[in-house]
Amino acid sequence: MTQWSGYFGLILQGALVTIELTLMGSVLALIMAFLAGLGRLSRFFVLRALATAYIEFFRGTSIFVQLFWAYFVLPFIGISLTPLQAGVLALGLNVGAYAAEVVRGAIQSIGREQYEACTALNLGRWHGMRHVILPQALLVMLPTFGNNAIELLKATAVVSLISLADLTFQAQVVRSQTGNTMVPFATILVIYFALALIISWGVRSLERRMARGLDGVRI
Amino acid sequence: MTAPIIKIDGISKSFGTFKVLDGLSMQVMPREKLALIGPSGSGKTTILRILMTLERIDSGHIQIDGEQLYHMERNGQLLTADERHLARMRQKIGMVFQLFNLFPHKSVIDNVTLAPILTKGMPRAAAEKRAMELLDMVGMADKAKSMPAQLSGGQKQRVAIARALALQPKIMLFDEVTSALDPELVEEVLNVLWRLCSETDMTMLLVTHEMGFAHDFADRVLFFDRGKIVEEGKPDEIFRHPKQERTQGFLKKIIAAGHRV
Ligand SMILES: Nc1ncnc2c1ncn2[C@@H]1O[C@H](COP(=O)(O)OP(=O)(O)OP(=O)(O)O)[C@@H](O)[C@H]1O
Ligand SMILES: [Mg+2]
Repeated sequence: MTQWSGYFGLILQGALVTIELTLMGSVLALIMAFLAGLGRLSRFFVLRALATAYIEFFRGTSIFVQLFWAYFVLPFIGISLTPLQAGVLALGLNVGAYAAEVVRGAIQSIGREQYEACTALNLGRWHGMRHVILPQALLVMLPTFGNNAIELLKATAVVSLISLADLTFQAQVVRSQTGNTMVPFATILVIYFALALIISWGVRSLERRMARGLDGVRI
Repeated sequence: MTAPIIKIDGISKSFGTFKVLDGLSMQVMPREKLALIGPSGSGKTTILRILMTLERIDSGHIQIDGEQLYHMERNGQLLTADERHLARMRQKIGMVFQLFNLFPHKSVIDNVTLAPILTKGMPRAAAEKRAMELLDMVGMADKAKSMPAQLSGGQKQRVAIARALALQPKIMLFDEVTSALDPELVEEVLNVLWRLCSETDMTMLLVTHEMGFAHDFADRVLFFDRGKIVEEGKPDEIFRHPKQERTQGFLKKIIAAGHRV
């Protein structure tokens, strides 16, 4: 039994890497989502075109290929990334492209009357977006952002292919060292699921906090 | 002889192939209280929305307070107004909507202070003090911390009025501000309008189906039909002795629908 505790240690280390990837990838995805989502709604053609190109490209190509590019091809043009950096970059850009459409859709779902109130109060485009439209749109985005974050968590497994020691990678290590397949893979299955549950729960409580007052419930 | 504060000169406006306004001209004097009445689809809302820059005109000119609204004078030439010019012109005008258009994620007082803080750079404390005075005037001071969703329609509309007043516009536009309210809530909003009418020297344009109120409130009544002013005059002239057949027909229908004149 004692030998297993060492292997669980390995898997826990892998879990930490997966969590790190998920958090950093989500931050990048969030930034890209707002840049590209707002870009798609810009008055300026160039910004719209750039945002559209980014979104279509990263949704239209495989995350595997994107990761391999980030890790194996970029060095040829002088950009060498660590496996973690390459993983964050590929995951963030990929999921950011999906989330950008969420940002755009949520902003467009806010009724015309809110924009008109902004005009009547002379708020201007930026103030109106920042203080009136985005706070309401954020609430619309949140549930789908939760799904995007879970997608990102699940996609982190691809980094094991560039030998970053994440959960999946460590499970394979344990498997090859112990010859046991069932235990390591059952363990990471449970851990991935637990992490996904934590994300859903976190997003839902955030949603509840932000929705307070909007539905007439006393705060 | 004072100059008109609003001068509309031959404006036209189409939605697609449908011409809502066709060469409309009218003037409003400073402090004047104007009631715009007329059948549904006659273009009353469109006129207010054009004044609030929510719709653009196809042709014609509008002067607000002696300045072109949709044009800028540059080296003796009239150019189409840019966003900066429009933003400056909007400071003179406020609007209250039929469906209130409050910001649902902001408390009552934040709804009122948001624009003064952001657009006039007012310090928060000063903006809140002023907001409380306005909320007090519309009878909503005790709900300052409430969220819009907790208010009745009449309360929401009174907050919306306070919000528009916070920017101290010279001209206020009211588009059927009681039409979305339950009958028993109409009175509380009309009372606020009445106070504004008698206690301030704002120019007020009121689109309404409340003919009784329009009669008491207005200095002048304009009857619109199909984008044209069919008849205008003192409330008594329009409501008691309408000359035009279309005005008579409209008022008859309104009375039949149970409105007091
Ligand atoms: N955005 C728009 N697109 C197309 N048609 C429009 C638009 N806005 C208004 N119209 C049309 O223009 C005409 C005038 O509308 P407007 O809202 O100004 O009338 P109104 O006098 O305010 O009527 P009501 O008493 O029903 O509010 C109507 O026939 C309406 O259908
Ligand atoms: Mg109307």
